[in-house]
Amino acid sequence: MSAHAHVVPHEPTGFVSKYIFSRDHKVIGIQYLLLAMTAVVIGVILSVLMRLHLGWPNMHLPFVSGGLMTPEQYAALLTMHGTIMVFFVLTTAPQGGFGNYFLPIQIGAPDMAFPTLNMLSFWVTFLAFVSILVAFVVPGGAPISGWTSYTPLSGLGEVTGPGEGLGQTLWIISISLFCLASLLGALNFIATTIDMRAPGMTLFRMPLTVWGWFVTAILGLLAFGVLLAGGVLLLLDRSAGTSFFIPAGTVVSDQVQPHSGGSPLLWQHLFWFFGHPEVYIAILPGMGVASHVLSTFARKPVFGYRAMAGAICAIGFLGFMVWGHHMFVSGMSPYSGFAFSVMTMSIGVPSAIKTFNWLGTLWNAKIIFKTPMLFALGFVSLFVSGGLSGLFLAQPAVDNLLHATYYVVAHFHLVMGVAAIFGIFAAMYFWYPKMFGRFMNEPLGKLHFWFTFVGAYLIFMPMHWVGIAGGIRRYADYGAVDFLKPLQPVHVFMSIAAFVTAGAQLFFLWNFFWSLKHGAKASDNPWNATTLEWSTATPPPLDNFGGHYPSVYRGPYEFSVPGVTEDFIPQQIAPAQVGRRKQE
Amino acid sequence: MQGTSATEDVEIIRPNGGGPGGVFGGGNDGYGGGQGNDASGGRASVPQRTYITGMTVGLGGVLMFFMALVSAYIVRKGMPNSGWAPLPIFPRILWLNTAILLASSFTLAHSRKLFRAGQEEGFRHWWGVTTILGFFFLVGQVIAWGKFASAGVYLSTNPSSSFFYVFTAAHGLHLIGGVLALLAVLFRPTHRLTRGTAMEVVSMYWHFMDVLWVFLFLLLILGR
Repeated sequence: MSAHAHVVPHEPTGFVSKYIFSRDHKVIGIQYLLLAMTAVVIGVILSVLMRLHLGWPNMHLPFVSGGLMTPEQYAALLTMHGTIMVFFVLTTAPQGGFGNYFLPIQIGAPDMAFPTLNMLSFWVTFLAFVSILVAFVVPGGAPISGWTSYTPLSGLGEVTGPGEGLGQTLWIISISLFCLASLLGALNFIATTIDMRAPGMTLFRMPLTVWGWFVTAILGLLAFGVLLAGGVLLLLDRSAGTSFFIPAGTVVSDQVQPHSGGSPLLWQHLFWFFGHPEVYIAILPGMGVASHVLSTFARKPVFGYRAMAGAICAIGFLGFMVWGHHMFVSGMSPYSGFAFSVMTMSIGVPSAIKTFNWLGTLWNAKIIFKTPMLFALGFVSLFVSGGLSGLFLAQPAVDNLLHATYYVVAHFHLVMGVAAIFGIFAAMYFWYPKMFGRFMNEPLGKLHFWFTFVGAYLIFMPMHWVGIAGGIRRYADYGAVDFLKPLQPVHVFMSIAAFVTAGAQLFFLWNFFWSLKHGAKASDNPWNATTLEWSTATPPPLDNFGGHYPSVYRGPYEFSVPGVTEDFIPQQIAPAQVGRRKQE
Repeated sequence: MQGTSATEDVEIIRPNGGGPGGVFGGGNDGYGGGQGNDASGGRASVPQRTYITGMTVGLGGVLMFFMALVSAYIVRKGMPNSGWAPLPIFPRILWLNTAILLASSFTLAHSRKLFRAGQEEGFRHWWGVTTILGFFFLVGQVIAWGKFASAGVYLSTNPSSSFFYVFTAAHGLHLIGGVLALLAVLFRPTHRLTRGTAMEVVSMYWHFMDVLWVFLFLLLILGR
């Protein structure tokens, strides 16, 4: 077979077309990552402010007018923290960031299927981010109805509180834009995975990261349209006087609202039909990364690769059947409650498959404890401890007691928040050498890991106990309620733990920017890994493979194959090229 | 490719990008246009079938959006004390619009058949007719809105009218995109996307929007 002359595509020359309105999936991936990093800094600052208030409710804060934070201001912090973290960090970084950068390379494609759409998707996300940030500075300030924006609170306008005017409108616009951008992104991911794979890259030779991004994209495609529809209807309720979500006779501040017959539950159904898959949109890429990194640093194949891929699909599928478990206390027929409960607990099956297969991957391995590996191990730990409490919450009888308490806050922060963030960190430390050609600093990385890992447990384990003791969530001041006063010292403890953990993230930020210039230089395949992104130059050229597109001959995790000279066989190595030891 | 060097001589076009054993292989024939490298010398090309995949996937997302609205309609109507009153008027022009849109699907199918038979002139003619019918549909919808408005039925009058306006507006916006896409196929040559594929993709979209409208129309009549 003769070599085909390949027209090497021209690099765009102008700064704008190269770095701003770039159609290169790698640049777009980094743009997404930078957006997520900005968002996470803001989100963490908001949570530090909340913890400050929760620990010391009577402390005078210099930046709050009047000195004392009002409950409304607390609610605004809570809303913005949740919104920014869920949408602009947990959805954006793993999928838009790492997915964009590495999915095409890992399947041997020159780019995403639709590069222009990809660029559009980022810039619409950027617009969404700008509009949510503008909500901080408009009259009335940021919205106060939580990241779930439950109606009727979110549907009536200024009358329901500061921030419910323009701030809430901006929230809806931002989220609707975000939905549009995510739909475009999801379409691109799916089409790319289906049609752009290299020769030999069958579905069951795809790295588990690709499986994670692919299934996440399917979830996004099916879920974001539903939230978009909900957003449109909510916007009309607020600005055009319709009554989709606002019941008749709603009275706010002694005023009867001019709405009739709407259903607040309808909003909850639309929201959670999106909202539950969203949880998996945040965590599935992390699962893929964890499997990938565990296998690489254990120098062993992923245990039960097909079961792992199947479990990702099963979790994605079941994720659409369980949205009702967020609404057990909203008024639900016991029969549907039971159905949602059983479906929810059945997610434990694929989750357990994943967990045991991760342990199986580690079993008897000579583990290399580099920073990415530590974060992948941390991911498994947090996923288990955060996930187990989900089984309690899945039962309506238990959930009735715990739903409005900190138990739920602790549960979802561990499993959806911190675990997903650990997936992001593992990915960052792992792929940094490929993206920027240098390693991140190892001792700093380990310091970052231990502070974050221990810190996360110190914040969120006591939070479970606060919840079981009846500590109600969303309350701004535990000192103001008699039966909650005894829990105040626990809040002080959690706040201190939160400050230390938040401060430890400076290790990461410093490491990230310092290593760009001063990190140790990395070779093309510094981890001796097997997947295609390590077969190309560092950083990858514009078309990812410099015109020499790989063929794939084997599965993604061929580590420590008996009789082979090296302990890894990259996917693009043909059987004839594999170095073998002499028969003994 | 087996047995050859993995990194040296792999072509950049992947006619069966799924690779050996790929589940989604094949299905890229018969779209009229040329396959493979784009002549513009830009980035390595995308298989033409990818556009079909992309449209299929995209329509899935659009379907979820409309099904969410339809679910909301059914739930909202079934609420106790919903205050629901059936639409007080149902202008006859809506029937005409529906007929026009249905007809446009047939002219489109005819045009596509002519394209594949290589009859450029006939293709352009019937494609143009389809575009005009689509435009008429949109104008007709606006006229229907006018009829509602002059009968005093506005967006916030009743949940039934709210949904009527939401359905027609959401569908109309999608159809404006469809008309623009029809025009683009006629007047704007593409580089990465062959005209045959563009025609296929736009046809899929148009038929989908047609069937979707018929569904919404029946829902508005039978479910009032």
